[in-house]
Amino acid sequence: MSYILIIGAKSDIAKEVARVYAKAGYNLYLAARECSSLEDLKQDIEIRGGVEVELKEFDITAYATHENFYDSLKKRPLGVIVVSGYMAEQKTAQKEWIETLNTINVNYTGAISILNIVANDFEKERRGFIVGVSSVAGERGRKANYIYGSAKAGFSAYLSGLRNRLHESGVQVLTVKPGFVDTKMTEGLDLPQKLTASPSEVAEDIFNAQQKGRNILYSKSIWMIIMLIIKHIPESIFKKMSI
Amino acid sequence: MGLLSWGMYPKIKNKIFSLRSKEALGAYIEKTDEFIPHGNGRSYGDCALNENILYAKRYNNFLAFDELSGTLTCQAGVLLSEILDTFVKRGWFLKVTPGTKLITIGGAIASDVHGKNHHVEGCFSECVLAFDIMLPNGEIKSCKKGDELFRATCGGMGLTGVILAAKINLKKINSKNINQTTIKTKNLKETFEAFENYQEMPYSVAWIDCLAKDEEIGKSLLMVGDFADDGDLDYKSKKKLSIPFNFPSFALNNLSVKAFNTLYYAKAKDGVSRQKVDIDTFFYPLDAIGNWNRIYGSGGFTQYQFILPKESSFEGLKEILTKISASGKGSFLAVLKLYGKENGNYLSFPLEGYSLALDFKIEAGLFELLNTLDESVVKYGGRIYLTKDVRVSSEMFEKGYPLVEKFRAFRRENNMDKKLNSLQSKRIKI
Repeated sequence: MSYILIIGAKSDIAKEVARVYAKAGYNLYLAARECSSLEDLKQDIEIRGGVEVELKEFDITAYATHENFYDSLKKRPLGVIVVSGYMAEQKTAQKEWIETLNTINVNYTGAISILNIVANDFEKERRGFIVGVSSVAGERGRKANYIYGSAKAGFSAYLSGLRNRLHESGVQVLTVKPGFVDTKMTEGLDLPQKLTASPSEVAEDIFNAQQKGRNILYSKSIWMIIMLIIKHIPESIFKKMSI
Repeated sequence: MGLLSWGMYPKIKNKIFSLRSKEALGAYIEKTDEFIPHGNGRSYGDCALNENILYAKRYNNFLAFDELSGTLTCQAGVLLSEILDTFVKRGWFLKVTPGTKLITIGGAIASDVHGKNHHVEGCFSECVLAFDIMLPNGEIKSCKKGDELFRATCGGMGLTGVILAAKINLKKINSKNINQTTIKTKNLKETFEAFENYQEMPYSVAWIDCLAKDEEIGKSLLMVGDFADDGDLDYKSKKKLSIPFNFPSFALNNLSVKAFNTLYYAKAKDGVSRQKVDIDTFFYPLDAIGNWNRIYGSGGFTQYQFILPKESSFEGLKEILTKISASGKGSFLAVLKLYGKENGNYLSFPLEGYSLALDFKIEAGLFELLNTLDESVVKYGGRIYLTKDVRVSSEMFEKGYPLVEKFRAFRRENNMDKKLNSLQSKRIKI
């Protein structure tokens, strides 16, 4: 069975994505920094799924290592799912450049660095799929979260262009835009229950959308409507709002 | 985000901390004055609610499985449904399962849950070989059957520590199907006779019509069964329907409850009939409808479940069913079951006798009714089930649980009584 490469495998969403793909019979490369802490998850997935799981050391901000990393995979993956994300606290990032830079590097620069390599390979092979987990925060910059949001906006635009380029080669590119998700990243925030998805809901949504060959996924789906409204508020009003 | 229990009552604000690692848990326990562990939120009342909640559901890795003995080791946040998804197709099933598969292993231990086979296999703790638990001082203890910590923790409502991982025995099956026999009875006497007659069947439970009056009191559908032997292990858990919003409160008035009970009862053939059904239909009929708790409206509901010793069950149930029937506060679902012997755990619910479980919408006058039911339960030597409870008084609770003082002393001696508390533990003073 084919391998799926999951980049940023330590996140709550990635853990559930890994389980969903394993349940469907795919073998997995789980890539993350200090990947030995994923031994428990590897064992878990092997017990549940009877598939092969390989842990791969990967630093998304060590761009120079990405080429070698990709070449080191013993079998080329059928699909690559980028789940990496870093959300600095907005107020901190405004003051501390290192926090802003890290947000940009993890959510944008690093993701693009590895996906350029993957895209060239998939284009040549004329097969495969790429899933990028972006965010609804990238749809419109808000004062509460625009540094993270702008990095995700860049990532969404990149995925859109990549989809356009790879369409001809038959390579699927899926942009995932989760709304609120109940994860480590959002712990301590007071999220509205009805708009908040669990990591396993998002993972199921990703799997289903990818298998159906879709282009853009909002999870939960209500976020498509919410963002449609938010995007259409006139700037003269929007700039006065606190949302 | 405030966590609710299954009954959606009471609604309180809480601060949630997700269990992800032992190290982080140790630090959390040290800096938190008082908290309660919380699994998947399927207990009905306030036993897993407090201002600080330790949310354990994300701590859900399988750790080891021995294919020869069917021994599974997993973290406490694993859901029973995840065990079924993984192991039924390989020919394994839970030795003991309650009527929902959407609970965590930690919750199953803390409530010492039981199922349709209690009269044969006992409570969940029977299939637990050992577990690891973090005590309020941060120490991790491995604990096995026979230890006092085991007796206090199984059924201990999360009040002895944070269960981290458990080793449980699964049961070998050769089919995902159950050969079910349904027996339709006309009154309580017939229902009791049917339970006795089918006692050798491993699984049994009755759905009882609580609105029946006079000589019809206790009329039921008794469903008994055992696993088939047809080699069909092709199990996929069913897609759920769901109830996306809270029903308006008029949706569940007396007439609609009556209509439901009448339809359900009328649908069954007279006398004895046989069916072949799958695991989900037989064990988890309500799991097929996600969020079915919402049909009771946003005010919430509670489940009243009590058990009476066998010798006083007939008189006691008659009295209680008469009170319920007269009150007109009916239940969508009432479940009657004959249990086997009680175990030695300090707060486990089951004892040898009959248990009845009924749902009630939270409304004016309900708690007064339940208080009078408590009096009957105590009068007949019974007890009520903490996992379902949201309102019992300390006095009524105590009368049903002779080992409660041992539990209290154990908590005190091990400094568990300060750190670990739920709204319920404070109300009933355990």
